Amino acid sequence: MAEFHFKTPLTEDDVRQLRVGDSVLLDGIVFGVRDGNLIRIFDQKIAPPCDWRGAALLHTAPNVRKLGPGKYEPVCVGTTTSMRMDRFTEGLLRDYGVRAILGKGGLSQASAALMQRYGAVYLSVTGGAAAMETLQIEEIEKVYWEDLMPECIWQFRFKALGPMTVGIDAHGGNLQHDVQAQAQQKTAELLRKMGVT
Amino acid sequence: MEVPDTFYQLVETACRDLYIKSLKEIPPDIVAAIQRAAETETKEVAKRIFSHYLQSIALGREKNMMVCQDTGIPIYWVEIGGNLRLDGAKLSDAIVRGTERATREHPLRSSIVSPLRRENRQTNTGERIPIIHYDFVRDSDVLDILFMPKGSGSENMSFMKMLVPADGINGIKRFVLEQVVGAGPKPCPPTIVGVGIGGSSDLCMTLAKKATTRPLGSRNPDPEIAALELELFEAINQTGIGPQGLGGNTTALAVHIESAWTHITCNPVAVNMQCWRAERRRARLWADGRVEEGF
Repeated sequence: MAEFHFKTPLTEDDVRQLRVGDSVLLDGIVFGVRDGNLIRIFDQKIAPPCDWRGAALLHTAPNVRKLGPGKYEPVCVGTTTSMRMDRFTEGLLRDYGVRAILGKGGLSQASAALMQRYGAVYLSVTGGAAAMETLQIEEIEKVYWEDLMPECIWQFRFKALGPMTVGIDAHGGNLQHDVQAQAQQKTAELLRKMGVT
Repeated sequence: MEVPDTFYQLVETACRDLYIKSLKEIPPDIVAAIQRAAETETKEVAKRIFSHYLQSIALGREKNMMVCQDTGIPIYWVEIGGNLRLDGAKLSDAIVRGTERATREHPLRSSIVSPLRRENRQTNTGERIPIIHYDFVRDSDVLDILFMPKGSGSENMSFMKMLVPADGINGIKRFVLEQVVGAGPKPCPPTIVGVGIGGSSDLCMTLAKKATTRPLGSRNPDPEIAALELELFEAINQTGIGPQGLGGNTTALAVHIESAWTHITCNPVAVNMQCWRAERRRARLWADGRVEEGF
């Protein structure tokens, strides 16, 4: 398992080097997205007011303190369960050129196939360990769609975000899916041993 | 004994403090269990994940930081001593005000929205939220409040099924194991797996949630149910899901089962999980103004 340290925006060459289980640190701009703003983009067909070519998108909705108009400081920023947003993967990669989706819990096999096709990765952030993640933020540079608070689009600048684990690589690997599939096989065996037929 | 009017103010402040502190200080039994899991883990990725858990726990305690960003659905389990004479409506109002003050004064992210319009009042309260469960304790002079900020990653992994009597205990075993494995990485394992058996459908799920609030190491007093807790716990930890579902030796910190009697035709089972932080915090209040906090 190799270790990588990239600066955003990411290139296709950057992400194609990665394999599931590798560890990644990221510097630079990372956009916070989640249910509310992705529903607005893809279901209400309102384009995001930022350029996501080569972007890393983090599944989050932070706790912030308002300092002034449009200006916030982080109180606690962590990562939310990605699978709820699974159906937005294709649009993000195909229409907006996103190179990395950062979240917790993994994405589906369909998303893994899209990442292989378009050249993108899923980076698994350690869920629940938000205190650590919060200290890796240098600044909340901008916030878009404040009416969705806290489900706005957040433009964070990170210093060494991570280490994250490559959960899905651009070669069809999907670590969390594989672990779960193995667990499901094991379950059948366990139930037999427990006399549950 | 009649409580003074100042008592409701005390409840309000206690609820504010419970909410904020519960997000920052992980219960000691949970910390010890995560430490043990980290020490016995053999897989490299899982070891890294556990080190992140422990770092965040330490930051919460040492730097007064929220450990996770999810402020959860605020849930209060209130036990009213039978000797206390108080106004239940004023008590509920005080709990709501405490929740709103925590949100405003810290500040905390408001995670609560209306179900269809998704309107957010930015208070972490709304229709029927916070959730307040009341119970009564004979011959007691105290008010006990147990608070949990129930995170959505684990709450979304809630399952219940009206099994039939012919499904028996084996039906319960199969359901619990299959739901925990089906939830996989999503509830932020290792989890406390709360299981409810018996009752009606609503009581069954409430019992499953109540079961997640029990301290680690506690056993159901019924030996047959305690044996079932242990059997399911050992089975879940052989599935290999591990922390964050990235593979590892510890998938559950415990399996806790709570039960109620049920109808002759029913065999309900419910699963409700708590993420690895398993936040909970208690306050005990006396009519004379004393407050004691714990887990």
